Amino acid sequence: MIVLDGLEKSFNGTKVLAGVHLEVPSGQNTVIIGRSGSGKSVTLKMVVALLEPDAGTVQVDGETVQEMDREQLAELRGRVGFVFQFAALFDSMTVGENIRLGLVKRGLPEDEIAMRVEESLAVVGLDGTANRYPAELSGGMRKRAGIARAIALRPRYILYDEPTTGLDPITSAVMDQLMIRTRDLGVTGLVVTHDMRSAFTVGDRIAMLDEGVIRQAGTVAEIRATTDPVVRQFIDGKPDEIAPAPPVRRFPG
Amino acid sequence: MTASRVHSPDGLVAKIGRRGIETATALADVGTWAPLLAVQMRRLGVDSLPISIFIAVFTGIVLALLSSYIFTGAVPLYFVGALVGKTVMMELGPVLTGMALAGRVGASIAAELGTMKVTEQVDALETLAYDRNAYLVVPRVLAATLMFPVVTAFAMAVGVGAGWITSVNLLDLSTPEFLKGLKQFYHFKDIWFGLLKSATFGAAVALMGCVCGLDARGGAEGVGRSTTRAVVLGCEAILVLDAFWALVLL
Repeated sequence: MIVLDGLEKSFNGTKVLAGVHLEVPSGQNTVIIGRSGSGKSVTLKMVVALLEPDAGTVQVDGETVQEMDREQLAELRGRVGFVFQFAALFDSMTVGENIRLGLVKRGLPEDEIAMRVEESLAVVGLDGTANRYPAELSGGMRKRAGIARAIALRPRYILYDEPTTGLDPITSAVMDQLMIRTRDLGVTGLVVTHDMRSAFTVGDRIAMLDEGVIRQAGTVAEIRATTDPVVRQFIDGKPDEIAPAPPVRRFPG
Repeated sequence: MTASRVHSPDGLVAKIGRRGIETATALADVGTWAPLLAVQMRRLGVDSLPISIFIAVFTGIVLALLSSYIFTGAVPLYFVGALVGKTVMMELGPVLTGMALAGRVGASIAAELGTMKVTEQVDALETLAYDRNAYLVVPRVLAATLMFPVVTAFAMAVGVGAGWITSVNLLDLSTPEFLKGLKQFYHFKDIWFGLLKSATFGAAVALMGCVCGLDARGGAEGVGRSTTRAVVLGCEAILVLDAFWALVLL
């Protein structure tokens, strides 16, 4: 289980997180939704100590991430996979080498590494792409390769940062299927997105981040039936009321 | 850049200091950086030989002509060999090579790491349990520290050779006369002084490239800014170190 306890973070004097509390139960996909810039990705990065909170803690399996030394952090990162918004594949390496990198660090034997590369590419439907470079792949294929890199480590948790952003509806659906499939393999997922269709498809639980705090958290059914006006507006995709536009000036001629 | 920004906790000096300490700590992670060292030595050192040799050839030619112009009528012409040898080995070989490599190596490191930073590849590396300093910084700083002296040694040899060929062909000087001047004031210290300096230049240039690259933010424009900064800081570090070694060792 991952527990976020009172996370706070400011950038250049602007408070992005103002005390985030959230529990991510094992074996489920928990989705954090919220507007762009609401601090969803910042929260996700704190789980693997890519960012330090100003206050609060993250606990993974009962261990406090902020108290870990280098070796403990390395061990944690072996347990928690991360899928980046734009995949973040190493562009000077082939897809296969990208996946190998984390496995080599764990000191696995060569035949085991080769097997895991092949297996993880098969899981995401990218068989035969091991020798291709990221630049030769489409956006959706790159994101799937990013998932393959994460699942090859056989993590207990996977953190997904905007996994469907910028993808066409069919490729988004494929990404959703992959997130469900990895959950069914026993991997706990923490997904950050503002794509409500994806959130309702992959999520077992949904939490809305707003104004730096978790506004509401609950099961998909609870969120669908919410009466909270902010959460309702977000899941219905209704725009804020804006001032009426000034009359259009017409130019003669 | 204001003095307060340079010296503040998030300022340049603090960043360089922090990165230097983190790099020294990451030296213990031999299993990560050792396999990458040879590749970086080739990229930063061997691939830099053509530009350093090009510079050394013209430095040797100009020094020979210049010293002949200065000495004619006042000092015996065989002093051309002494001046070319001393200047190339102790000052112009290391400094001009360092400056050229600050442009080539510093810019290349900052651009590469900066691009990795803004595309989250550095974060991705950390999520795979790699230490960014052990994987990215240590092999580059070590490779530059080891290879700058090698490149400089080539530059010294080529510079002196170019000075000798110029003296023999364009000046009224024979090979024995040139060698007489070269030997008369030669000390072994001349060579190791130049090579020691160039090793520190290499470390500084690579460290500046890494600091600026890993500090990049703001997309392509940010990477461009970091690259420019790395070259400027690399050149400044060379000049400061040059003065430091002159004060300490001469």
